Amino acid sequence: MMSKLNITSQLSDSDIRDLKILAAMIVPASKDYDLPGADDPLIFDDILAAAAPHSATIASAVQALNTIARDLQATGFADLAVEQQETSADTFRKHHAAEAELLEALTVQCYYRDERVKNNLDMDTRPPFPAGFELEQGDWSLLDKVRERPALYRADSETGKN
Amino acid sequence: MTEEPVDVLIIGAGASGAAVAWSLLDTRMKIVCLEQGGATNPADYPSTGNEWEARRSSDFSISPNQRKLKTDYPINEDDSPIKVANFNGVGGSTVLYAGQFPRFHPSDFRIKSLDGVADDWPVDYKTLEPFFEENDRMTGVAGLAGDPAYPPRDARPMPPVPLGKAGQALASGFNKLDWHWWPSDVAINTEVYDGRDKCINLGACISGCAQGAKGSADVTYWPHALRGGVELRTHSRVREITVDDDTGMATGVIYYDEDGVEQSLKAHIVVLASNGIGTPRILLNSKSKLFPDGLANSSGLVGKNLMFHPYAAIQGIFDKPLDGYKGPHKAVQSQEFYETDPSRDFVRGYTFETSRGMGPAGTAMTGMGYGRIPWGHGHHKAFREMFNRVTSIAAVCEDLPEEHNRVTLDDLLKDSDGIPAPRISYTLSENSRKMLDHAVARGTEMMTAAGAREVLTLAPIKYAGWHLMGTARMGTDPARSVVNEWGRSHDVKNLFIVDGSIFVTSAGVNPTSTLQALALYIADQMKQRLANLFD
Repeated sequence: MMSKLNITSQLSDSDIRDLKILAAMIVPASKDYDLPGADDPLIFDDILAAAAPHSATIASAVQALNTIARDLQATGFADLAVEQQETSADTFRKHHAAEAELLEALTVQCYYRDERVKNNLDMDTRPPFPAGFELEQGDWSLLDKVRERPALYRADSETGKN
Repeated sequence: MTEEPVDVLIIGAGASGAAVAWSLLDTRMKIVCLEQGGATNPADYPSTGNEWEARRSSDFSISPNQRKLKTDYPINEDDSPIKVANFNGVGGSTVLYAGQFPRFHPSDFRIKSLDGVADDWPVDYKTLEPFFEENDRMTGVAGLAGDPAYPPRDARPMPPVPLGKAGQALASGFNKLDWHWWPSDVAINTEVYDGRDKCINLGACISGCAQGAKGSADVTYWPHALRGGVELRTHSRVREITVDDDTGMATGVIYYDEDGVEQSLKAHIVVLASNGIGTPRILLNSKSKLFPDGLANSSGLVGKNLMFHPYAAIQGIFDKPLDGYKGPHKAVQSQEFYETDPSRDFVRGYTFETSRGMGPAGTAMTGMGYGRIPWGHGHHKAFREMFNRVTSIAAVCEDLPEEHNRVTLDDLLKDSDGIPAPRISYTLSENSRKMLDHAVARGTEMMTAAGAREVLTLAPIKYAGWHLMGTARMGTDPARSVVNEWGRSHDVKNLFIVDGSIFVTSAGVNPTSTLQALALYIADQMKQRLANLFD
């Protein structure tokens, strides 16, 4: 099982606020699809728990995000206007790709295991095992055409020996 | 008290070590296998919980550098565009493989003679054929006889896995272009077989099969080997093979137990089965007065000629729902471009193997990786266009041996027992690049024919160094090979190597079937030569 420790003891409140904004930028809530965003309290708590083994990288990522924000507007990431937050996030993704990919992965891994999200996608909310899933056989008559082909393997010598 | 020497000491409990352990039971010798990892419990596999997708990035990642378990050793792979995929534990990397189980072709053993590149093997397809059959029976292979891409063969033990919607779409695409395809041979039970249940389409083959339907070596060979009396010591990591300075014969190994305490074990025969990275690592760490450059290395070829299979991925986005995350990953393969064609700008060829679909997190990560699913507004719409609507093919490209592609020991990096770690230096050859380009172009053509409205491609795939071959190659010439034509070291007459490191060439298919058949062949040769094994 994955760690259920969380990262909150290693990040400041403002770091966590920044992460929450970033999570919502990755997967925002949607009225059209009736879906929560990744900043939903349950989902975001799950993200913080999943982030625990990566605390040093996450802290460094938040610091980088704020450095970019200060370069842009002499203020922290959370205090920027939404458009400027998006500009900062774009710069962060461009120059800190590995950290951005980690945050992206943690966010979607937690988001898409939330029961509300799975229900919305018409997915089973249970784990795959032990019930498993049904899979149709498909149309095996498609193979008839291939059966008619001549051999296409190559003999291993000029004598024709296989 | 000093432990009595054992007859046979096998290093590594993966695909090849398991096969040799089982085969040598006939001899009634005392056999001990040392495995640095533990035995996994299927009840702990990711598919038993809701975190099944996330755990592919943590404790069940295919990358040892990402898993970072105590049972793993780190690998410096900074100098390689392809990163190693493996698993350290009973069953080895078969615990995390997809179960694709094709054989090498007859031509794969003769590429010097046929195409003028690399070298011929000292064994051929016909010699290995009975061992392929034996291995299929022991592993439990599902498939269908009659494939025109192979010589005629016996019926497989079980019928093929379902095509499903994805396999059917891709088969239609191959048919439209009049290209070869056939149901893949897979090590997946489609019926109850050898006491193991049948596949229930968990869709999680590459993070361990909780159902036990996938033929990983921990559930195929090992139960039989253990019942027959083989002793398996887990959490036992070998540091080096020891030698007698007078005779030059291997005397056993020094290893670390689970508590990190140094142990030694003497043996009359040592069998290395630690894969194309682990085997040269142990040999290079086994320096002595007689072997200052590493054991069995008079040719200087230990660690050299590392071959992966460069992979290209071609993903199609369809308008209609496919199988998504349900079902075994593999369904069909195409070998339309397998053999050398002089009209192309590369030699040798590749297999297209299908990969069924992905779960929701995998879909989102893949879509984001390609820039197809954005952050923010547009995420949900773009996600829905891909979720359950993507299937893919991967081109498994033959990699030719080149001495500069190699495994050495890292100057600084060590594992948790302080043993020097391997370092990989690898570059893609021009031939491989041209083959990947060809595969991407032809794969895109096929996806379009299959009805995909959008095609995403990637080559080479970075985290796809599954197949580790060539670093202790076999051959008849001691100056040009590390082991002879039946797996015995040219330099050390009681040392055998049975894993992928002895491959002379890589072919364009997954190697596990051939690797295990070769291991069974070597074990058979040992049994036939017991009276004069060390002559």
